[in-house]
Amino acid sequence: MHPTDNARRNRNPRLIAILAFYLFATLTIASALAVIFSRNPVHSVLWLIVAFFNGAALMLILGAEFIAMLMVIVYVGAVAVLFLFVVMMLNIDFAVLRRGFTKNLPFGILIALVLLAEVIVAVTAWQAGPTLSGAAIPPTTTPNIVALGQLLYSRYLFAFELAGLILLVAMVGAIVLTHRSRGDTRTPKASRQLRRRPQDAVQLAQPQVGEGVQL
Amino acid sequence: MIGLAHYLTVAAILFTIGVLGIFLNRRNVILMLMAIELILLAVNINLVAFSAYLGDLTGQVLAMFVLTVAAAEAAIGLAILVIFFRRRGSIAVDDVNRMHG
Repeated sequence: MHPTDNARRNRNPRLIAILAFYLFATLTIASALAVIFSRNPVHSVLWLIVAFFNGAALMLILGAEFIAMLMVIVYVGAVAVLFLFVVMMLNIDFAVLRRGFTKNLPFGILIALVLLAEVIVAVTAWQAGPTLSGAAIPPTTTPNIVALGQLLYSRYLFAFELAGLILLVAMVGAIVLTHRSRGDTRTPKASRQLRRRPQDAVQLAQPQVGEGVQL
Repeated sequence: MIGLAHYLTVAAILFTIGVLGIFLNRRNVILMLMAIELILLAVNINLVAFSAYLGDLTGQVLAMFVLTVAAAEAAIGLAILVIFFRRRGSIAVDDVNRMHG
């Protein structure tokens, strides 16, 4: 894009970007509040999905398309559905679990406000290195996914393999933890099947006429 | 103009909401896990914002790893929750200290 071209349409896209940021940020925070304050845990999960969608939109504004799509796929498609399954599968009396909620509320909000004030003071008081001024778009022309893939499969290859290992361990762990061997099902026992030999199992007999076979 | 501090502030608010959720729902493990997911979302927003404003993709790679660990953590946590519910018939965290062997 030429500089003059850029300057001509400078005003409108920037305004839209600002509006989009505030919209998605507000929605993210509002739905995060709804996650922890809603009475029904199913509603909490659904608000969590909304929060993740808006967080992904924030990342999209930042130019991180791949992470945004990954957030939608992994969080909404896998994690939130897993939460929904567990909430609906287990028959839990959630009213009992909410005892102490209102009692802790004033103190909790006080602590949260103190924490928030501290974090915001820390964030605004400290300048992080030579940040790029202006729009947060990477200056290269390579697409985000290509650049990320080149980085991931070269410099961070070991960490990438390690992430795969973590997922494998999580999968095996979840299966081992929740697997229940039920007594009323008849499953084939592989060791017994492999130990069986034809000479033990098959017996040839040649009975004469009028005789039976001794079993 | 939206700067780095805006994103960091949003992430800080999200982080605080997550901590508040853990504090308020101390008996409900499912909501605690959801609050942890919110905290990890805040961390991811921080990482991606720094990555974009420093012009360095390492932050996004790290955000991917955080995403991996968050998914693994949710799977294992919910699996533990399911077997805990099977044994005790409730998910109140106060009862956890009664688990022996």
